[in-house]
Amino acid sequence: MRLNRLGYLIKSGFTGIFSHGLMSFATVTITMACLIIMGSFGLLVVNINELIADLEEENEVVAFIDENLSEEEARAVQPLIEAVPNVSGAEFVTREQAMEDFQADYDDDMFEYLDASTFRHRYIIHLTDISLMQQTKQDIEAVDGVADVRAHLEYAEIFITVRNVVSIVSLALIIILIVVSFFIMTNTIKLATFTRREEIAIMRMVGASNGFIRCPFIIEGLVLGLVGGLLAFAIEIALYSLLLGKVVGGVAAGLFSLLPVSAVMWPMLICFVGVGVLVGVFGGSSAIRNYLKV
Amino acid sequence: MVQMNSVRMVYDSSGTEALHGVDLDIHDGEFVFLVGPSGSGKTTIIKLLTGEVHAAGGEITVNGFDMMRIKRRKLPFLRRTLGVIFQDFRLIDKMTVYDNVAFAMRVVGASNAAIRERVPYVLELVGLKGREKRYPQELSGGEQQRVAIARALVNSPRMIIADEPTGNLDPVRSLELMLLLEKINEMGTTLLVVTHEKELVNAFSKRVVAINEGKIISDGMDGYFSYEIE
Repeated sequence: MRLNRLGYLIKSGFTGIFSHGLMSFATVTITMACLIIMGSFGLLVVNINELIADLEEENEVVAFIDENLSEEEARAVQPLIEAVPNVSGAEFVTREQAMEDFQADYDDDMFEYLDASTFRHRYIIHLTDISLMQQTKQDIEAVDGVADVRAHLEYAEIFITVRNVVSIVSLALIIILIVVSFFIMTNTIKLATFTRREEIAIMRMVGASNGFIRCPFIIEGLVLGLVGGLLAFAIEIALYSLLLGKVVGGVAAGLFSLLPVSAVMWPMLICFVGVGVLVGVFGGSSAIRNYLKV
Repeated sequence: MVQMNSVRMVYDSSGTEALHGVDLDIHDGEFVFLVGPSGSGKTTIIKLLTGEVHAAGGEITVNGFDMMRIKRRKLPFLRRTLGVIFQDFRLIDKMTVYDNVAFAMRVVGASNAAIRERVPYVLELVGLKGREKRYPQELSGGEQQRVAIARALVNSPRMIIADEPTGNLDPVRSLELMLLLEKINEMGTTLLVVTHEKELVNAFSKRVVAINEGKIISDGMDGYFSYEIE
């Protein structure tokens, strides 16, 4: 394509944007709003997944060893536990170590003369997937030498339920919002095609190709989508930084942590600009389609 | 060059049969008037030639394109061989005279240099030298139609189709315009002019094709009269 044609097409695209400035403004605003809502839910899902991953790390299953077994015999159980499916690691804790941890946790004179024989040798076990905790608990109980297993099944179930609900709701919202943005974009660009319908008719009459006729409207959609995406990105990052500063760094300090801005910034930029541009380009082509049938 | 053999046309939406077996040959370099009352099928013939509608039966060839089998993406190439002029001029109001004409070249991919060379030449040919920077609404009807002719002519089409080109003009301007079209024809472009105006047609000794109710009822050099006795 020659440079002057390209220049003409780009200029026509921008002319479209400014010829109905208010609608273009509305489109950018709505695209931006949809992207911010989508982004917020996206961030929620990503952070919840991260939180659950952390909790999976911390959520230990404790296997108590039969008290009749010596330390030697208790240590011999380790490979059997590690061989259980879904076990990512098992750490042996002697009864003496367990007592010291207990005393340290309570820091009370009352437990000063506690005898180590009150405690059992035990394994602290980490799981790969906490949603399978129930099954894994039963498998560990079946290992020879294991007397009892303690696992917080109820916590695991809550995490999983929260993650699933949030993921489904977010996905549904994201799809709805993309569709909404697409229709708003299409309608705005339809206005551009309407105000320029005579020009389009003349272009067809003198033999302009469909690609050439379509191009300014696609450029218009692309620019609107890009601007909407970049603005949404800037606002989302600002809001997220504010949230990190005020909540995680202030009110709820130490309770939970969120991913840092640097970890979410680039994926978010790519998603926002990508969705904005795709919505714009498809909106533009869909708006012009009716004019190209003849 | 146009060849139409036994062309039938039915509009899908209404089911009306607009043409019943039309045969029409127009050779390169000819000047042909197509006359007939409203609803006789004149506009349908133009739409078939420009590929806006498709015939229900028969054979149509326009400048080497087989209109019964042409692919949609090939239509732009057919249209580049045709120049079309309408009764209502169809100029773009927000563009100057120069830009209206240059636009037609730009959208088919002409270079800036070619545009700068060709547009002033064509504007001079149609008698609009000095009017380049005017906007359509600043011009008279006759001048606006000349802009439309310049636009139709600028891509050097093999054939110009004019649909009631003098419909909005007074008799003097109409005659001037027809003389301009005759001049263009003499330079080698085939002309098909659809019109109602009897005096105008009879002022030129050209081939006149008369159509009524979707059928060609006369075709010859006898002027408008042959159609009027019907």
